[in-house]
Amino acid sequence: MLEDHAKLMAFFKQANEIVGRKRLQKMVYILKKSGFPFSERYSFHFYGPYSEELSTRIEELCNLGFIGEAKEKEKGYFQYRYYLTEQGEGFLAEADVGVSDMTGLMEEMDSKSSKFLELVSTMLYFEEFTQEEVEEKVLTVKSKQNYTEEDFSEAWEFIRKMKAH
Amino acid sequence: MAYQDEKLDEEKVFKDPVHRYIHVRDRIIWDLVSTAEFQRLRRIKQLGTTFYTFHGAEHSRFNHSLGVYEIVRRILENFKGQTYWDEEERILCLCAALLHDLGHGPYSHSFEKVFDLDHEDFTRAIILGDTEVNQILRKVSDQFPQDVADVIHKTYSNKLVVSLISSQIDADRMDYLQRDAYFTGVSYGHFDMERILRVMRPKEDQVVIKESGMHAVEDYIMSRYQMYWQVYFHPVTRSAEVILSKILHRARDLFFSSDYAFEFEPKHFESFFHKDVSLKDYLKLDENVVMYYFHTWQEESDEILADLCRRFINRDLFKYIEFNPGTQYRELMDLKESFIEAGIDPSYYLEMDSSSDLPYDFYRPGEEEERLPIHLQLPSGELKELSRQSEIVEAISGKKRTDHKLYYAKDLIHELPDDSKAKQRILEILKG
Repeated sequence: MLEDHAKLMAFFKQANEIVGRKRLQKMVYILKKSGFPFSERYSFHFYGPYSEELSTRIEELCNLGFIGEAKEKEKGYFQYRYYLTEQGEGFLAEADVGVSDMTGLMEEMDSKSSKFLELVSTMLYFEEFTQEEVEEKVLTVKSKQNYTEEDFSEAWEFIRKMKAH
Repeated sequence: MAYQDEKLDEEKVFKDPVHRYIHVRDRIIWDLVSTAEFQRLRRIKQLGTTFYTFHGAEHSRFNHSLGVYEIVRRILENFKGQTYWDEEERILCLCAALLHDLGHGPYSHSFEKVFDLDHEDFTRAIILGDTEVNQILRKVSDQFPQDVADVIHKTYSNKLVVSLISSQIDADRMDYLQRDAYFTGVSYGHFDMERILRVMRPKEDQVVIKESGMHAVEDYIMSRYQMYWQVYFHPVTRSAEVILSKILHRARDLFFSSDYAFEFEPKHFESFFHKDVSLKDYLKLDENVVMYYFHTWQEESDEILADLCRRFINRDLFKYIEFNPGTQYRELMDLKESFIEAGIDPSYYLEMDSSSDLPYDFYRPGEEEERLPIHLQLPSGELKELSRQSEIVEAISGKKRTDHKLYYAKDLIHELPDDSKAKQRILEILKG
């Protein structure tokens, strides 16, 4: 029961904290694509793969007091910081969901910008296509982001490493 | 004449309780409606198990798909000649509207959860695969099926086209809110759609609403809010869905159990159990087939499967209580242990249900990282997010929108001997 909630709590425990809703969305998606057992369903939205189910579940976890949400002003705009609360720690200890270690991949993601994670997750969304088709598709659906060849190279390298994890 | 431009000799109409008439003049639409894959939608209910709560809710995905097509057709009539609207996209929009739910399976939400499937993948597979639908779409061009799939998948290059089918104020939602309200018989869910259609304006990459139409949109947002709590998250419907999921879990567990032989083998489910579902297998399974299995499985020797099927068929549902796992999670663990002690398997007779498990949502104003919000166009041409202009929408945005309930087989607990300690503990936690 509440296994899906517990898996997300395990994610926050391992991440320590996550800053930004977009980053949160993309990180869970990338982890899911790497084989970690998140059940939240994603579909394509304006900013790439997005899960309404994840947004609602995070809201639930906040309402339950398992996850803390802090709204902070940063460089003129608001962003949200999420972390596992003591109460959440207590639940997680009893829930025993057995999520494996995600920290390696999380550290890789920590060093990247949200825009980069958005690119990677969009590329992963089209993973059934060839490399050339993926890039063409990304440039079509996210034409305003002006991704460069260097961005794509870095993203492919990231995906290669991600698959090796 | 190119196939996409071919018209029927005379307009065909479907009588419809929501939109009065659904008008079809384009041959391609008529041909698509006649395909086996589209006709299959008659055998998939729009609201799954909701008919156990609202007995009228027997309408199908077929009805809804025609409704979405009709709304898009009317929007496009209004868009003719407007800046940003390319009339060349008309047939693509209509086909995508008609086919957007093509991949839904029986009781799709439960099936998708249990078998880790996504109906959107099957919608794509039907449109792009060896199907009657694909053959018709290919008459337009080899690229056309892919374009239709991309619009439905929300990855088509023209975002205005995508937003008509899928956004926070799209034809899909406008149809299902009204249709679900009509068939459930509730008095919520109604709003002035004609007015909304008249104030929709095409922009470069989305549909926006003229500011003067704000009150009609407020009404739509309120309908969405009320339908969520009154219909979609109705606890009785959820109880039926819990039992349905448990049946599928039990059948799968028995299928993989070496010491159980089904009296009525789950042939139609085998590829689902093996997680290797071909399109052919998927299309064979509709709600009629599923109900036949459930009916038959009432006679299985496995008591749990037989009991769950009997409950589902006869609407003998689980009871429920409000339960806050945030403050009561230790009690939840205790409850599970007490169920085991009492000989009632909690994996099948106890379930926590959360609102995040629902495939419906509320309006989200949209911050930088979220989905695109509804935009009002002011007389100056400037765009403003709806909740910043409307106090009503602001009032229901960002409020507590989550709920948790605990479902359990009350009758099994009451059948336990009165001196059973486990029974006493269970009743104490469940408050009788």
